[in-house]
Amino acid sequence: MNPWMLYLVWPLIKFLIAFVIVQVIVAAMNWIERRVLGLIQARLGPNRVGPWGLLQIVADPIKFLLKEDIVPSSAEKIAYFLGPMLPLVPAFIVFCLIPFGPPPTFAVTHTNVGLLLILALTSTGVYGIILGGWASNNKYSLMGGLRSAAQMVSYEVPFGLSIVGVLMLCGSLDLVHIINYQAHHVWNVFPQLIAAFIFFVSMNAENNRTPFDLPEAESELVAGYHTEYSAMKFAFFMLAEYSAMLVNCCLMVSLFLGGWTLAIGGYGLTTATLKSMGFMGGLLGTVIFVVKVMTFMMIYIWFRATFPRFRFDQLMDLGWKWMIPLALINIFVTGIVVLAAPEMIINGSVVPVGETILAVAGAATVALTLFLIMKPRAHAPKVIHASRVSEA
Amino acid sequence: MSTLTKFSAIPYTGPAPTNRNPYIPSDVAVHDARGAALAEKLQHAAMQQETGQDLPTFIVEKSAIVNVLTVLRDHPELRFTMPLDCWGVDYPRREKRFDVLYQLYSLQNNERVRLKVMVGEDESIDSGINVFKGLDWFEREVWDMFGIRFDGHPNLRRILTHEAFQGHPLRKDYDPAQRWLLTEKDVAQLTPVIDDRFKDVDTDFERVTLNLGPSHPATHGTLRIVVTLDGETIIGADQEIGYLHRCFEKMSETHTYQQVIPFTDRLNYCSAIINNVGYCLTVEKLLGIEAPARAQHVRLMLSEFMRIADHLVCIGTNLVDMGALTNFWYLFQPREEIYGLIEACCGARLLPSYLRIGGLAVDVPTDFLQNAQRLVDMIPKYIDDVEKLVDRNKVFLDRVVGVAPISPEDAIAYGFTGPCLRACGVPFDVRKSNPYIGYETYDFDVPIAEGGDTYARYLVRMEEMRQSLRILQQAIDRGLPEGPVMVDNPYVALPPKEKVYNEMESLIYHFKLIMHGIQPPVGEAYFQVEGGNGELGFHVVSDGTKNPYRVRVRPPCFAIYQAFGKMITGQTIPDAVAALGSLNIIAGELDH
Repeated sequence: MNPWMLYLVWPLIKFLIAFVIVQVIVAAMNWIERRVLGLIQARLGPNRVGPWGLLQIVADPIKFLLKEDIVPSSAEKIAYFLGPMLPLVPAFIVFCLIPFGPPPTFAVTHTNVGLLLILALTSTGVYGIILGGWASNNKYSLMGGLRSAAQMVSYEVPFGLSIVGVLMLCGSLDLVHIINYQAHHVWNVFPQLIAAFIFFVSMNAENNRTPFDLPEAESELVAGYHTEYSAMKFAFFMLAEYSAMLVNCCLMVSLFLGGWTLAIGGYGLTTATLKSMGFMGGLLGTVIFVVKVMTFMMIYIWFRATFPRFRFDQLMDLGWKWMIPLALINIFVTGIVVLAAPEMIINGSVVPVGETILAVAGAATVALTLFLIMKPRAHAPKVIHASRVSEA
Repeated sequence: MSTLTKFSAIPYTGPAPTNRNPYIPSDVAVHDARGAALAEKLQHAAMQQETGQDLPTFIVEKSAIVNVLTVLRDHPELRFTMPLDCWGVDYPRREKRFDVLYQLYSLQNNERVRLKVMVGEDESIDSGINVFKGLDWFEREVWDMFGIRFDGHPNLRRILTHEAFQGHPLRKDYDPAQRWLLTEKDVAQLTPVIDDRFKDVDTDFERVTLNLGPSHPATHGTLRIVVTLDGETIIGADQEIGYLHRCFEKMSETHTYQQVIPFTDRLNYCSAIINNVGYCLTVEKLLGIEAPARAQHVRLMLSEFMRIADHLVCIGTNLVDMGALTNFWYLFQPREEIYGLIEACCGARLLPSYLRIGGLAVDVPTDFLQNAQRLVDMIPKYIDDVEKLVDRNKVFLDRVVGVAPISPEDAIAYGFTGPCLRACGVPFDVRKSNPYIGYETYDFDVPIAEGGDTYARYLVRMEEMRQSLRILQQAIDRGLPEGPVMVDNPYVALPPKEKVYNEMESLIYHFKLIMHGIQPPVGEAYFQVEGGNGELGFHVVSDGTKNPYRVRVRPPCFAIYQAFGKMITGQTIPDAVAALGSLNIIAGELDH
């Protein structure tokens, strides 16, 4: 094939298709989130525009586009304009690097350091939030921006560390390789349970979602860093947030849940099986991928409906005192197991001893951690009944 | 029982109000005797007993007021430790035109005492702030409303009106139609600089002054808290109130007694009927009448429903402030249903104005008890659901345990009442200490908690809802008493329309009531009920005309909110927000 076609036009077309699909999903997420929240919270959610309120997906962007774009007179203009755009660009570029289905057809590009690039790009999202918070020249925005910076920097560490275990097991930074490895062994969520748990918590924190939504804590900081933003600029922030959520869910699925495959130990819908089914097989893989991703998006929503918000110091405690040590221990144990207990061959079949050890140890550690974090207080205050209090 | 039969066939033979009779409380002998006993015990030269009042009352010489307050507080047998209220009344024709009234409460003996100090127009009075911290805002209010200076008050600024206001609105010679606008220029000049007072506080970082409110998502109502921050830690805070001041007390003086009822709705709009009950009971006390048993029973039931609604709103919004959204809708569902019940009674929901002096506006619908039973059966599920979701939630507990605590001593000295006081472990509940409309016949507990923090306040409110449900179940089991819902007294209650059209007597009564209103005897009466937030007291002074001479409301929020700045100092902004929600500050009540 013509190299121009191969390296420029074809990826561009695929990117545009992926971009449109992702944007539709992001817009639809807004509707889904509101409907599901409504379901959980014993109310209806948007149900007026179109059937089941589905046209809300269209109505919202129209509203954002038509609203007046207010710029505070005391804002730092250039930074104020840059604020919403900075997080948007990396959020979109990242979708070039995520394989939605078996490559090459269903991934825009395929590089062997895809994971590293994704991590590098997503971590730039915080600049826009800090810039926007600072440029608004509003104390609430500034505090939101600062909180966001501290939070993202803190949780970037366990976020990155939790991936190391996976890399050690799979031995590659290539997402396609990681997914194929899982299809031929077992989903990483089992041997790397701790890592998956930390990754999941950190990705909530990275996206400023409840219970980590301190940067935009409505009741404390009005709306945090985007208090002064209106119309399309505000929509940009929202778009970036939902895109980042989607990216993180894609990573979660790719790293820990086998991506587009549905196989264990090489049996089931592995990449090779899907490829043998031709284009439809690839499509099937993509559908599997999207279903897994949407499951995690639903968990995001479920979290939002369930948890109160952390206080800032408690958030930092959780990050530095629990998540990071746990991630380090995970790396340490994984390293020992990978070195000392390679796969044994008993009676001619491959038994993943190391992974079994990791899975059991991981389950025990997560259970212990959850118990330590969630255990009821020893001296919880109680309500005392005083029936004849007036005489007291 | 239809309301049409509320007037008996027998012509009214009771006394006609000759509107110059002095008011004699029904239990005057008890209070006079208690007053005499107090006077004998104290033997204070500056205290002179005033007899014929509805509370043990003393007229205190102005120069000795601080001494008297101290003696009453520290006397080992009396221990009047709680400053319930301080307010003023203006009598312009008198030589010393102002009365400054204090009401103190003794938890030890469960009794109240009222002190009166006469103050002339250009005179000032010593501030009692060093005796009772809680007198702070009450004295500022008296200064704002009457222009009486309090010597030694550290921060005697206007509180309910704005700084560009001229004159003192509750003086009788202040024209009620006179308005003062606050322009942007005035604001710029008069915005208080808060930073100065905290400039000596040792901090690590640069200080920032932040305005929380008056329109901030966490200030339910228009409150303003000016906090000085060191990072996210609050090193000093001051509360500005008055953004929702609607001159309730001044307006009452230009309306008839019945016309005041809609104003009371707007005090604590989350539990409007309790305000109605408090005001109506005060005026009924002044009139020496009692509403029929059926009306009292309905009043009690609706009071308890409103208490539940109030707590539901408080807990729901408090949890929203902490980011737990779902609970809000779960708690608002039963609240809606409660409003449905009230709507069935009188057609209005949030601000029903359902009560009248002497009874109820109309009888309850026939299925009232069934609906009430349905609610009583339904509400526990919602409370349990929320409890399951948050009670053992680590994130929630971390946010509330130990946040914005207040010690019982401080709470009492600030004049805390209601759930916020009970959360400190002080078992004071007006329904138990001064039972009214039959609360003494019901079996219920007063929940208290230890710690006085946000969690304790949450626990107390949750349990209080269950106790209210207990009361309601008993009330439903007893059934509604038969009979009218309005007193059979033509000087208080309007005759039914068909009688007005057919009988001369009724026409005259109707005309007199419409034109001349209810005319209580000359005097003053204080009555208190347990509102959603604590003791809701009304002090009504009558000069025998159709308009109240003075209506004083003792809003429980007012006393509670003045301690807020101290409670959140040293905490962070999220703590302040959580604490504010748990205090249940209702701006309508706070700002009168």
